[in-house]
Amino acid sequence: MRAVHLLALGAGIAAATPALANESVLKSIANPAEQALQTVDYANTRYSKLDQINASNVKNLQVAWTFSTGVLRGHEGAPLVVGNMMYVHTPFPNIVYALDLDQGAKIVWKYEPKQDPSVIPVMCCDTVNRGLAYADGTIILHQADTTVVSLDAKTGKVNWSVKNGDPSKGETNTATVLPVKDKVIVGISGGEFGVQCHVTAYSLKDGKKIWRGYSMGPDDQTLIEAGKTTELGKPVEKDASLKTWEGDQWKQGGGCTWGWFSYDPKLDLFYYGSGNPSTWNPKQRPGDNKWSMTVWARNPDTGKAKWVYQMTPHDEWDYDGINEMILTDQKIDGKEQPLLTHFDRNGFGYTLNRDTGALLVAEKYDPVVNWATKVDMDKGSKTYGRPLVVSKYSTEQNGEDVNSKGICPAALGSKDQQPAAYSPKTQLFYVPTNHVCMDYEPFKVTYTPGQPYVGATLSMYPAPGSHGGMGNFIAWDGVNGKIKWSNPEQFSVWCGALATAGDVVFYGTLEGYLKAVDSKTGKELYKFKTPSGIIGNVMTYEHKGKQYVGVLSGVGGWAGIGLAAGLTDPNAGLGAVGGYAALSSYTNLGGQLTVFSLPNN
Amino acid sequence: MSSMKTLALLGLVGAAVLGTVPTATLVFAQDAKTDFANKLDPNAKEIDEPVLKAATAVKDEDGKYLDKDGHPTFRITNDGKKVDWYTYAGYRRYHAECHVCHGPDGMGSTYAPALKDSLKRLSYEEFYGILAGGKQDVNNTANQVMPAFGDNKNVMCYANDLYVYLRARAAGAWGRARPAEKEDKPETYKKAETECLGG
Repeated sequence: MRAVHLLALGAGIAAATPALANESVLKSIANPAEQALQTVDYANTRYSKLDQINASNVKNLQVAWTFSTGVLRGHEGAPLVVGNMMYVHTPFPNIVYALDLDQGAKIVWKYEPKQDPSVIPVMCCDTVNRGLAYADGTIILHQADTTVVSLDAKTGKVNWSVKNGDPSKGETNTATVLPVKDKVIVGISGGEFGVQCHVTAYSLKDGKKIWRGYSMGPDDQTLIEAGKTTELGKPVEKDASLKTWEGDQWKQGGGCTWGWFSYDPKLDLFYYGSGNPSTWNPKQRPGDNKWSMTVWARNPDTGKAKWVYQMTPHDEWDYDGINEMILTDQKIDGKEQPLLTHFDRNGFGYTLNRDTGALLVAEKYDPVVNWATKVDMDKGSKTYGRPLVVSKYSTEQNGEDVNSKGICPAALGSKDQQPAAYSPKTQLFYVPTNHVCMDYEPFKVTYTPGQPYVGATLSMYPAPGSHGGMGNFIAWDGVNGKIKWSNPEQFSVWCGALATAGDVVFYGTLEGYLKAVDSKTGKELYKFKTPSGIIGNVMTYEHKGKQYVGVLSGVGGWAGIGLAAGLTDPNAGLGAVGGYAALSSYTNLGGQLTVFSLPNN
Repeated sequence: MSSMKTLALLGLVGAAVLGTVPTATLVFAQDAKTDFANKLDPNAKEIDEPVLKAATAVKDEDGKYLDKDGHPTFRITNDGKKVDWYTYAGYRRYHAECHVCHGPDGMGSTYAPALKDSLKRLSYEEFYGILAGGKQDVNNTANQVMPAFGDNKNVMCYANDLYVYLRARAAGAWGRARPAEKEDKPETYKKAETECLGG
């Protein structure tokens, strides 16, 4: 058991107690030939120990085989590989294909749920799905309509299914799930529809609901324990969330949970971020709006929160706090610590002690970030842990019907959901980023269940006075809060990165390139243009002794909205023309898996 | 269902309210014999002459411009720098409610049509019908579904604004920009807006 645990966690978290986590998931994580979770490992490092493809031979990479999913919408997430089987998912209608790698990727079974298409327009921003998880011989799919399904991995037969939400109230799903121990933990979307969002644990065996923890509301709903749960080392007082909303507004509070989950078996805590408060008009919801925009550490068996940290109290910019929490063990202040690193939409890279929730580092990971001067790190200060907001960029202070201009980052954040990777070899994080700014004008809206509840007008454009592109791919030192290197990209980098023991980092671009760069220097070593823009995550696996790298192409998602036709008028003369180019001049809709390998000799 | 229909009707009523104007204002507008011709940006590149011509205003009802068929339309002046209130309000509402699918400036996305093109074809009635009732196009290659906004006041109370803005985009009369100069918010508009949102 111990050996398995040690192997299991790339970041090197030693296991103190046996029989934690989920045996089958741990076994797959320990075997770099497989990928059982979208996040690669529980720690969300997206690091693979495979090293056959390395910095010196990656230039020889070639396409080994391809597979069309038959769906032409935004393809997020990645296929899984367990044993000789590969499991590929699609956006709505959320088809699952089981491919036998021993038989030339023959389709062994196909599962296509019947879902009411009326869920499509309720989903924010395309019909993406960030993929499956494998545990205990089952494939877990969380459909667009919030149905969680357990499929027999061998046959595709439905073991059980359960409804996690109600799409007619704006509740939908785009996220993957976290199998942990005998449970599966799931989130929900609907922040633009005034949903009071939550995380829920179901029994992995039969789909029975075990607990549900909301992002806002009284303690019996948030599963915060007054006096026991802490924020920045101090106990949270009773029903603290309710005091930060006007009246019953928390019931439409948002704080959705559509991001990624990570898990530390030793501390027995799982981590995720909650999203923006509804509406986007801050004037209509006075208060800190707790616990939207919050990093959560919860116990997977009870849902009880050990600690919370609200990054952006009273959001004024839609800096949805759902991005992944990457767990590493590194030295800070001369002391080995269990760390959690998070690249928030708000443009700050946070490093916390994941045991205590202590805030250690908060620095801008894109120099153009301007809405706050810094996060107050002075423990004696009244605003400790809070961002120090610049009045000029405060849509709250400027008020309703005023267009606040030049705010960086834009609402899609310096980084959106596309997950970063971490290599224990370089101790660097590899972060796909957006380099986009915005004008933001909030105005009054009314709430109707099941209808969008937005309340702001936005226009976005590439960061002014920079390289003209809309993205960067950066290497980040989380201990010192510094950018190590930064590769400019013409479009936002909307692809989950993958770091490998071969000293290579892979990522995809919206034009459709799969790129391999040197993990130390960022030097481009290889690129190949796939049939459509990449918003999926790069994955790797080994079959019959050979390493493969796979990625889904299929442009769409948030990135498919503005970038498709170009964010703004290319003739407006606001900056480099190249940066304003329309993505539609580079790529088209698609739905394809491309798998790469080295030539045979 | 019934409440949805009722509210959709309310939306139509709201539009009707916006259409009724104190007689005095109307008389004043007609008496003045205002020239309603658009004064567009001389460098505008995407002008669609037939659409622009059909959208020419013939009547001003307290800042709401109507074409020869009585449908709401835009009025752009000062060499393409100044817009009527409805075009301005439509720009704002569009970029809150519509752009997450239909893209910035009505340019379309990877999964929803460019409304700057759709509005070249759609009549006022067709536009209103789709806005209130939604649209479905689901088959093997497409999964395009637009929700019914009939019971969403944030949309239906601004149906005319959205129509006017998108019509200006379709005609090429207004480009990919946020309107800077605008006519004042008309009094009748303010009243109708309050009634529609508050009801």
